[in-house]
Amino acid sequence: MADIITGILEEGLAYSIMALGVYLSYRILNFPDLSVDGTFPLGGAVTAALLQAGVNPLITLPVSFFAGAAAGMLTGWIHVKLRVRDLLSGIVMMTALYSLNLRIAGRANVPLFSRETIFDNAFLDKWVPAGVRPFLAVFLLFLIGMAMKRLMDWYLGTKSGFLLRAAGNNEALVTSLAKDKGTVKIIGLSISNAFVALSGCLYCQKSGFFEISTGTGTMVIGLASVIIGLKLFQKSTFVKATTAVILGSIVYKACVSAAISLGMAASDLKLITAVLFLLILVASNGRKGKVTANA
Amino acid sequence: MLELRGIQKHYNPGTVHELCLFDHFDFTVGDREFVTVIGSNGSGKTSLLNMICGSIPVDGGKILLRGKDITAMPEYRRLKFIGRVFQNPTMGTCPGMTLLENLSLADNKGKPFGLKKGVDAKRFPRYREALRELNLGLEENPDIPVGALSGGQRQALALLMSTMTPIEFLILDEHTAALDPGTAERIMELTDKIVKEKGITTIMVTHNLRYAVEYGTRLVMMHQGKMVMDRSKKGKEQLKTDDILDKFNEISMGYAKERDLQK
Repeated sequence: MADIITGILEEGLAYSIMALGVYLSYRILNFPDLSVDGTFPLGGAVTAALLQAGVNPLITLPVSFFAGAAAGMLTGWIHVKLRVRDLLSGIVMMTALYSLNLRIAGRANVPLFSRETIFDNAFLDKWVPAGVRPFLAVFLLFLIGMAMKRLMDWYLGTKSGFLLRAAGNNEALVTSLAKDKGTVKIIGLSISNAFVALSGCLYCQKSGFFEISTGTGTMVIGLASVIIGLKLFQKSTFVKATTAVILGSIVYKACVSAAISLGMAASDLKLITAVLFLLILVASNGRKGKVTANA
Repeated sequence: MLELRGIQKHYNPGTVHELCLFDHFDFTVGDREFVTVIGSNGSGKTSLLNMICGSIPVDGGKILLRGKDITAMPEYRRLKFIGRVFQNPTMGTCPGMTLLENLSLADNKGKPFGLKKGVDAKRFPRYREALRELNLGLEENPDIPVGALSGGQRQALALLMSTMTPIEFLILDEHTAALDPGTAERIMELTDKIVKEKGITTIMVTHNLRYAVEYGTRLVMMHQGKMVMDRSKKGKEQLKTDDILDKFNEISMGYAKERDLQK
């Protein structure tokens, strides 16, 4: 049982950073960005390539982050400069990234068990007592998750963050403020996908392998986490939206885990993902919010 | 101040529905003038404002602001020195952000939107004062989201936000049309006060003939992309609502006659 809970927390926390990214693009910027299905494994692919090359695992975090930022920027550029619709520009990037990820990682499946990761390396072996080692990954993921949540909270409180919120709320106002709304969107998508790729990097190191198919359904998982989180905590004023999203991600993973323990096979994972998401959408349909209206 | 020279504007070019709205249209607005513009639907009032702001491109001609050619300048760059209030009260504010956050955004217009804190506590007294001047009780709870305000309150806020930073030009696009008569009256008085206090050059499009006569220093009536009446200061003072109504009917009749003849 303890194993299951640790597993849920690990997965939930690793995916929560991705959910924060989706929260930024979908909820704040009001942009349904499907490129996350490509940028999540992009983080993993970059990580796999770097770890295979024997690079210090800590380096993989910023590299994945910036790789995601670049991909997000490109999605935004396609949407803004080439005037491609939001959903379609995401699909273009998602599809292109599939091949790009394969090139970066070398192949569709890269085991990393023999490599040092941020969760398993000589330094931690030396300093962390064996008794707490099962909880080490949860602890590290919690720290990184909190740091990223803080970073997003801080950014959304800056002038630049204000402009991003305004762009999702009322594009016309951004123009009235003498700012190019296209640039604001590109910045937002860039930050969003940076978070998503970092999440992919962490997930890849935690699970000990890179697998191209982890990307499929990322958007759905992210949306489900965002909707669950915001729905569960919409009435409590002391839980910030970003905290709610992280908790939503953990609750979502718990639901998936429960479904599997009820007898579903691991290969049914995407089916469970989709059905759960549908249930959440239908359940939250009672109140016509922005998310349900656009979903 | 603002000069439109030989403006050409066609809608649906190259189709059977092609419509030439403006043909060699000239329009000049002097410094600190407050122009009220009236005209029936489709007369080109809103197109005129959109062309000035750069929301729609012109097909020919030039737009000059203080002698500077701004014809090719993108909308967001022009709005650095133009403030605009729309008919729809939701266009000028952010519903999901609080009053203070909205005011902070507006206050930062023209400055970089960098990584400094979005709200500056030192400016709060100023914001409160500005809200108090609106006389709507908004200063009581500046931390509620703007989406919770009524249409009139939001429009008052939009007006305040668009004139918060020094602008050269104020564009009012039927900004009282969506409000109830009482609120519209109040917004109109507020508009007049702000325009006079700050001495901003203003163009106001309205369907309310009384407002058009009562407020402003110059009255323009548009019809099918042409100015059919243009009364500045002296001429406008003697003008009464009935005179305009007569002219209005005359045009509409003429239009109806023309239409009947075509049949």
